[in-house]
Amino acid sequence: MPKTQGAASAPKTNQTGEELVFTRPASMVDRATHYCPGCHHGIAHRLVGELIDELGLKENTVAVCSIGCSVFLYNYIDVDSVEAPHGRAPAVATGVKRARPDKFVFTYQGDGDLASIGMAEIMHAANRGERMSVVFVNNTVYGMTGGQMAPTTLIGQKTTTCPGGRCKDREGSPIRMSEIIAHLGGTAFCARGSLDSVKNIRQAKKYMRQAFEVQTKGLGFGFVELLAGCPTNWRLSPLAANKRITDEMIPYFPLGVFKEVEGDGTCGSMLAPESAPGAEGGK
Amino acid sequence: MSRITVSEERCKGCLLCTQVCPVTIIRQSERINQNGYKVAEVPAEDMAKCTGCASCATICPDVAIEVWRGKKPKPGSKAA
Repeated sequence: MPKTQGAASAPKTNQTGEELVFTRPASMVDRATHYCPGCHHGIAHRLVGELIDELGLKENTVAVCSIGCSVFLYNYIDVDSVEAPHGRAPAVATGVKRARPDKFVFTYQGDGDLASIGMAEIMHAANRGERMSVVFVNNTVYGMTGGQMAPTTLIGQKTTTCPGGRCKDREGSPIRMSEIIAHLGGTAFCARGSLDSVKNIRQAKKYMRQAFEVQTKGLGFGFVELLAGCPTNWRLSPLAANKRITDEMIPYFPLGVFKEVEGDGTCGSMLAPESAPGAEGGK
Repeated sequence: MSRITVSEERCKGCLLCTQVCPVTIIRQSERINQNGYKVAEVPAEDMAKCTGCASCATICPDVAIEVWRGKKPKPGSKAA
């Protein structure tokens, strides 16, 4: 059975002895989101809020928001935040973290932002082993601009810029970001979770906790990819979109931990031969 | 006795909660909220079946569901 989720404070009890076991996390603002019905960004936001509460980081966090549907993250999560140019959230976060190493710094990016225009920034931030955490929401489409093809769009998926479906010969195969990031030297934790079912959401939260904790322990770069649905741009109902994640996305984007580094947080431990590319594999 | 409360202002009628409920007591109501969405509800007569598992709240993208978990009624009491 799940423990008390949401607010990190002691569970609330009313006059009749009922216990409030699930509510909005304290670091999440009570405001309706602008997301479409069934959009998984709301779940990802809540998980971020719950973890910030549970790890006691609310007063010590700087969020770096990206461009895309998640652009208004600062409206929903009650922490200090910086808005980065498109794709440049890891570069901005690098600056924030180096100027204020005592702060907890995380970026929240979508696949159009991180895997396309921001590919260089994310690769080099991971390779340098910046002490930051990245939440990467992958819904295989550019959501905010109206459903164009993204680097992660699945083969055969129809979008407004590939109306006949993505063709492997013409546009290449979808990029598996977690596998790429796992092979870079500075990555301390890399995993892929999914937000399509209760079980997967609980597992994704555990991955996010680890990605956050590698930063607080000073081990290196924490990366977590979350498979999410975009019912509006997939032209599906929210329930059908969830089913598509299970049936089509998870077989191509396998879930699990791709890299997990144990160490004391010194550069030496990260550069040790046992953490060299090829030594770690997806489980 | 457990129960859930659905915030009708926040619910967007995506119905993800209806699929994950282990006792399938959540359904779409005929009430339309200010944003034009038909909100989810648990009929009053079914609320006693709620197990307080919080699956619906876990999958709700809009944090519209609060879960209250009560003490189990004692065997033999009228409430059971």
